[in-house]
Amino acid sequence: MSIEAKEEFRPKIVAFCCNWCSYAGADLAGSSRLGYPADVKIIRVPCSCRVNPMFVLRAFEKGADGVILCGCHPGDCHYSTGNYYTRRRMALLFSMLDYIGVENGRTRVEWVSAAEGVKFSATMNEFVEKIRSLGENVRLEDLRCKN
Amino acid sequence: MQRIGVFVCHCGSNIAATVDVEKVVELVRMEPGVVHAEDYQYMCSEAGQAKIQAAIREKGLTGVVVCSCSPRMHEATFRKAADRAGLNPYMVEIANIREHCSWIHKDREEATKKALILARAAIAKVNLNAPLKPGESRVTKRALVIGGGIAGIQTALDIADAGYEVDIVEKTPSIGGRMSQLDKTFPTLDCSACILTPKMVEANAHEKIHIYTYSEVEKVSGFVGDFTVDIRKKARSVDMDKCTGCGVCQEKCPSKKTPSEFNRGLNNRSAIYTPFAQAIPNVPVIDREACIKFQTGKCGLCAKVCQAGAIDYEQKDEIITQKYGAIVVATGFDVIKLDAYDEYAYSQSKDVITSLELERIMNAAGPTKGHLERLSDGRAPKEMVFIQCVGSRCADQRGKSYCSKICCMYTAKHAMLIRDKYPDVNVTVFYIDVRTPGKNFDEFYRRAVEEYGVNYIKGQVGKVMPQPDGRLLVQGADLLDNKQILIEADMVVLAAAIEPDPSVRGIATMLTASIDTNNFLTEAHPKLRPVESPTAGVFLSGVCQGPKDIPETVAQAGAAAVKAIGLLAKDKLTTNPCTAHSDELLCNGCSTCANVCPYGAITYEDRQVNDHGIREVRRLAVVNNALCQGCGACTVACPSGAMDLQGFSNRQIIAEVDAICR
Amino acid sequence: MNTPKKQVEQIREISGVDPYKCMKCGKCSASCPSYNEMDIKPHQFVSYVLREDIEALMQSRSLWKCLSCFACVERCPRDVKPGKLIDAARQMVLRQRGQEYLSPDEIPELLDPEIPQQLLVSAFRRYRR
Repeated sequence: MSIEAKEEFRPKIVAFCCNWCSYAGADLAGSSRLGYPADVKIIRVPCSCRVNPMFVLRAFEKGADGVILCGCHPGDCHYSTGNYYTRRRMALLFSMLDYIGVENGRTRVEWVSAAEGVKFSATMNEFVEKIRSLGENVRLEDLRCKN
Repeated sequence: MQRIGVFVCHCGSNIAATVDVEKVVELVRMEPGVVHAEDYQYMCSEAGQAKIQAAIREKGLTGVVVCSCSPRMHEATFRKAADRAGLNPYMVEIANIREHCSWIHKDREEATKKALILARAAIAKVNLNAPLKPGESRVTKRALVIGGGIAGIQTALDIADAGYEVDIVEKTPSIGGRMSQLDKTFPTLDCSACILTPKMVEANAHEKIHIYTYSEVEKVSGFVGDFTVDIRKKARSVDMDKCTGCGVCQEKCPSKKTPSEFNRGLNNRSAIYTPFAQAIPNVPVIDREACIKFQTGKCGLCAKVCQAGAIDYEQKDEIITQKYGAIVVATGFDVIKLDAYDEYAYSQSKDVITSLELERIMNAAGPTKGHLERLSDGRAPKEMVFIQCVGSRCADQRGKSYCSKICCMYTAKHAMLIRDKYPDVNVTVFYIDVRTPGKNFDEFYRRAVEEYGVNYIKGQVGKVMPQPDGRLLVQGADLLDNKQILIEADMVVLAAAIEPDPSVRGIATMLTASIDTNNFLTEAHPKLRPVESPTAGVFLSGVCQGPKDIPETVAQAGAAAVKAIGLLAKDKLTTNPCTAHSDELLCNGCSTCANVCPYGAITYEDRQVNDHGIREVRRLAVVNNALCQGCGACTVACPSGAMDLQGFSNRQIIAEVDAICR
Repeated sequence: MNTPKKQVEQIREISGVDPYKCMKCGKCSASCPSYNEMDIKPHQFVSYVLREDIEALMQSRSLWKCLSCFACVERCPRDVKPGKLIDAARQMVLRQRGQEYLSPDEIPELLDPEIPQQLLVSAFRRYRR
């Protein structure tokens, strides 16, 4: 296998953004032309607490290299308490994922408000950089499908 | 399988410059379910919407994907268009290829690839969409205004004039706010009290307005059209109905050592007090921390001298619960603390003051009865220095990053007034930029320079050094002359930055209204919806949204009122149909979902179910669609997977994940 | 040979200063205790970097008049820190001229009777390495 022939690694990154803060923050990053790599694809959810751990597992099963959840800052959730649930659920999920081989660097929860376009862009740049340094992810498999 | 039409927008060159729109159209045709795909210059235009409607009718589309700007921008537009063509509006999804793609990427190939993936995700989602029908909720025809400054008063007056009940909640003993503390107003030099007091009186006398002073909002629940608010009416210790406002109690009160909040601590007030003479209501408050009766049990002089028998030491805080359809936030601002700015010697010398303190000194009802004098020794100053941008436009931790907007103008006003009244006083203003956009603003500033001989110096002050003789040595730079200058001043006035009133944080949390890093409330859209919070039913008035002068505040207050009236005028609101829904065959009645629901929208019922031929009565979760706001917390908490969110179902989001990772 | 561009890069790297942040308020010059001794004033340093005229900076008297009191660094509202720029320029001069920039024999000529002894000693320690 030749070393030079290898293409630049372009990770697949799924970002779940809550409609009220982070999705608006991403919109602001866009309208302010604050760039970040195209590897990040955003899925809009009403609240970060809508993100079922199953969705994160599914992403890793389908070959994602990183998953990031963005929500409103603690105390600022549009639904009062949604992001607190997110924080707890994801803390558990991420430590479990780390245990089975998906490093902690590949998963992240970040609070981005609707006014923080700069932060959104910076966070995504940083996250993509991190995933690039970690390289390709191990693909999770759903054993139920294997019979 | 759905029959999906995909519509890709060029947005002029906004999208088309970086995304190969034709290629996206060509490739989405191959996606499952897609029967139609086309592109157009401006999809949101009349002609663009007509294209979508024509395709719905002619090709019998059951789902639509529009690849365009953010759904926060035009989702409603396209859904309405689909509705008019007979397609359920919730069968329309948006792929955001502008804010999330063309605007942030430079490489055309890469951006095109990403746009295609985003389109695929939206197509995958629409394939699983189901028609939804919004419900209805009622509107309580009453508005709450939080804050009784000029912003709150104006909003309340405008709403009340339209015929709706309004309550104003003000945390201090009187309405009036910051404007009541000002002496004159720029650029016409009207006396502040002369133009504010009539409005305060009008608000107080208005039959549709109820004012709760010395009160705070304690709890907010509910949602647009139907908020329930607890207001804490703090114990005034004076009976509002009996008090005649004669003022004898304040005169006789022996405890007179509390710094007056209204005069910014420049002089003292009694323990029983009204903040200022024109206070509304003109009913004093006993400050229990300062009152001798409350602290030691002895005294009670005010009760003895009160002929109306209005003093009530036993009075308790009262909680008032009221329903509202709309809430307007008008919490205003305060001046920043200057502790971090030691170089200006604010804490070392009484003669270094903030501009708001100067307002009080210049005011005839202020601590010096309107005479300009040094607070340290009462002498008349001969040399005054004004320093601009103290804590504004800072990139460091000490100050605020924004321009406070009003300081250039009020400093010109102060300088002009001083030169007018005391022509022998030299006035020097250190500025970085003089910012005077506004009607007659620059003319006003030029008058200060040309007619009144105010000495403007481009540069900043590095240090203010109090001298043994009590004067202040000001070391500054004149950047245009390239000189460092030393001025021996008698008084230094700091144009301190303004910041949102600290109480706004708690209120924003209660209202679930979003707030930015500077504690200003965020508007729903920075240009097109500047007086609405993203939280439905919450409106923004005055400086709580961003720095403003009085004319702008009044204009915005009126705008917020119109938005609130628009809401109150409706009899019914359509509710968001993207609510949670429980599958009765999967639900095991465990109550986990009800525990995480922030709205109490989930209840339990015993219901007859038919589970594959077995008929039995089970305890099942039932979602109240009028209460459910669609956050989805319950859907994840549900251990049996019975709860799902309509419009953002598990299958839909997984389909999006799959499409992105494909 | 160092091109002006390279010099700018160098000075930005040593100082960690972003000259674009400056809003020309002049607080640095207003704070500077040795302002009157300087030929290039503290608020002008940023302009020299933006103009890519580092050579003039390195030739200036101001470099050696700066007391490194860091009042400008402390008070700069934009976090530009002109004092650090001056420091960096000084570093570059030292790097260019080598270790023994100041020799003990030169001191009497530079001596000003009003300069306190301690300052002299500390300056000597500092610039001689």
